[in-house]
Amino acid sequence: MGNVPTSVKHCLSYEQLIQDYPWLGSRLQEEKCTLTREYPEYVKMIEVGPRDGLQNEKEMVPTRVKIQLINMLSETGLPVIEATSFVSSKWVPQMADHTEVLQAIHRSSHARYPVLTPNMHGFQDAVAAGATEVAVFGSASETFSQKNINCSIDASMLRFEEVICTAKQQQIPVRGYVSCALGCPYEGPIEPTKVAEVVKRLYELGCYEVSLGDTIGVGTPGSMAKMLHYVMKEVPSSALAVHCHNTYGQALANILTALQMGICAVDSSVAGLGGCPYSQGASGNVSTEDVLYMLHVMGIKTGVDLSKVIEAGDFICKALNRKTNSKVAQARSKSS
Amino acid sequence: MAAVMRFVKRSCFGSRMGLQCLSLSRSAAVAQLVQDGASAGKTLPERVKIVEVGPRDGLQNEKTVVPSEVKIHLIDMLSEAGLSVIEATSFVSPKWVPQMADQVEVMMGIHRRPGVSYPVLTPNLKGFLAAVNAGAAEVAIFGAASELFSKKNINCSVDESLQRFEVVTKAAKEAGVPVRGYVSCVLGCPYEGKVSPDKVAQVAKRLYSMGCYEISLGDTIGVGTPGGMTEMLQAVSREVPVNALAVHCHDTYGQALANILIALQMGISVVDSSVAGLGGCPYAQGASGNVATEDVVYMLHGLGIQTGVDLPKLMDAGAFICRSLNKKTSSKVAQATCKL
Repeated sequence: MGNVPTSVKHCLSYEQLIQDYPWLGSRLQEEKCTLTREYPEYVKMIEVGPRDGLQNEKEMVPTRVKIQLINMLSETGLPVIEATSFVSSKWVPQMADHTEVLQAIHRSSHARYPVLTPNMHGFQDAVAAGATEVAVFGSASETFSQKNINCSIDASMLRFEEVICTAKQQQIPVRGYVSCALGCPYEGPIEPTKVAEVVKRLYELGCYEVSLGDTIGVGTPGSMAKMLHYVMKEVPSSALAVHCHNTYGQALANILTALQMGICAVDSSVAGLGGCPYSQGASGNVSTEDVLYMLHVMGIKTGVDLSKVIEAGDFICKALNRKTNSKVAQARSKSS
Repeated sequence: MAAVMRFVKRSCFGSRMGLQCLSLSRSAAVAQLVQDGASAGKTLPERVKIVEVGPRDGLQNEKTVVPSEVKIHLIDMLSEAGLSVIEATSFVSPKWVPQMADQVEVMMGIHRRPGVSYPVLTPNLKGFLAAVNAGAAEVAIFGAASELFSKKNINCSVDESLQRFEVVTKAAKEAGVPVRGYVSCVLGCPYEGKVSPDKVAQVAKRLYSMGCYEISLGDTIGVGTPGGMTEMLQAVSREVPVNALAVHCHDTYGQALANILIALQMGISVVDSSVAGLGGCPYAQGASGNVATEDVVYMLHGLGIQTGVDLPKLMDAGAFICRSLNKKTSSKVAQATCKL
């Protein structure tokens, strides 16, 4: 219904606005100073689309598509791109091409490419394939741990300890994930003290960062703040990240809360790839584009080019023959 | 901590978890912790009034005319869901907004629940008189913080529009009819781009001085983010008391709930929203518009904030209107709970 002039693009891109109206710079500098008193100056974006996103696809995604997606994401300035997963292809057939993907991607010197390694076997395969960073996945819920990886939280920690020790010897950094940080599909609400306990264990085992996952997206700013309050008693905020799902539309509000509490690392997925496996048809991961929009217009730096992320999102949505979950991408495509 | 578990009969596994997690989080002990922690040091209101704009702002954007009986049934279901303010219709000329041509029939046909208010839009004196004649007990007027938007939308400057509204507010005062004011483009304009917070404050102040009991600040194209929302509210609250302010956030760029959270942290306790997220963005075809009431209520309840709204009944109203319009809900909460 009519073209939206470039003036709207100024609302979308802080950089574009300053470029076109240099006199606004000093005025807006005041705004940024007011804001950055409360928020981090820089937020590290961890892109999980190629792994967490694509892993949920029912149809097998061709290896060349995965590789091209990761290459496009590397061009955007994203500092961390989770490339693949070295789990058994019996459990996650979508990631069976892990070695091929890792070896074929063009690795930017500005980015890191962690891969999931659930155990020693996966870790060794990952290193053999050239991985330089790995990730391990714990849970704050016993039932979820049993159902997802077939063992208790304690038993999983023993497994991870082995991986982390070996990784340390080889100077390979390890990132930890804790799922069900704000609720479990089996147990319901999870006590924040339990989340804090699991996070602390992963951190003390040697994970340089622990990502707190709202696996079914049920969290709200209230439960996010409460959980972070307990977790931050045990682990410094500089070693924490949030991984919010948008299943109930709460992700950006939850991320905002996390930023207000000092968190400055956020996981997200291009085009919001990755549904919620516990609620068929519902959305899952928060869209990288929507997070970037919020951060950039707030004056928070990420080093990421939003337009290029939108392009990568367009590419993968065409390849998967589906619509993007990103509101920003939807608005941009309809208004131009 | 004691909690009341409410099991909602929905087929989806994950959905039960969402509503269960919500129920537990509302227990008193948690609510206090949540209040203290949720806002990272900022106090949140204990209660938020939701202003439901679906039947007017939402349906107004539909291309095909929605039958009057559907509109009436929707409003009745929303009344049953516990909403205390439901914008029922609009007394603008049917020449401009054919969707609202059945304004009188709708006003007369709805079952008005005691304690619930059903404001209607009245752009001028003629509309106001027609509204009162049809039984309206509250009206609303719509200003803009952008000159270009005012010209394109209602064919006059901001000043001229305010003069027109003053005629309405005078008449309303004499008739004892409360008036709610709206300001559009508070965080950005589709024609002018960035809008000055001082301009927004000026327009809000004039509407308030004219007698509007509440001013709803609309992010018309949904471009706002927490930074802009903070700055704008700081400017406006210097001119209008914060308890007379509301926010009307569009979710076109997915920012609505984050913006609403900021507004709550700054003392705002009135939020406009639209059931099922009805109402697209006319400036970006196919893009979403109004924030979904279900998603707002989910967040508020999770924060331990009271709204008086029964979320399952609200979702039923959303499901009804989506079936009638043959379209999918824009509410994530509703999507997470739908049967497949």
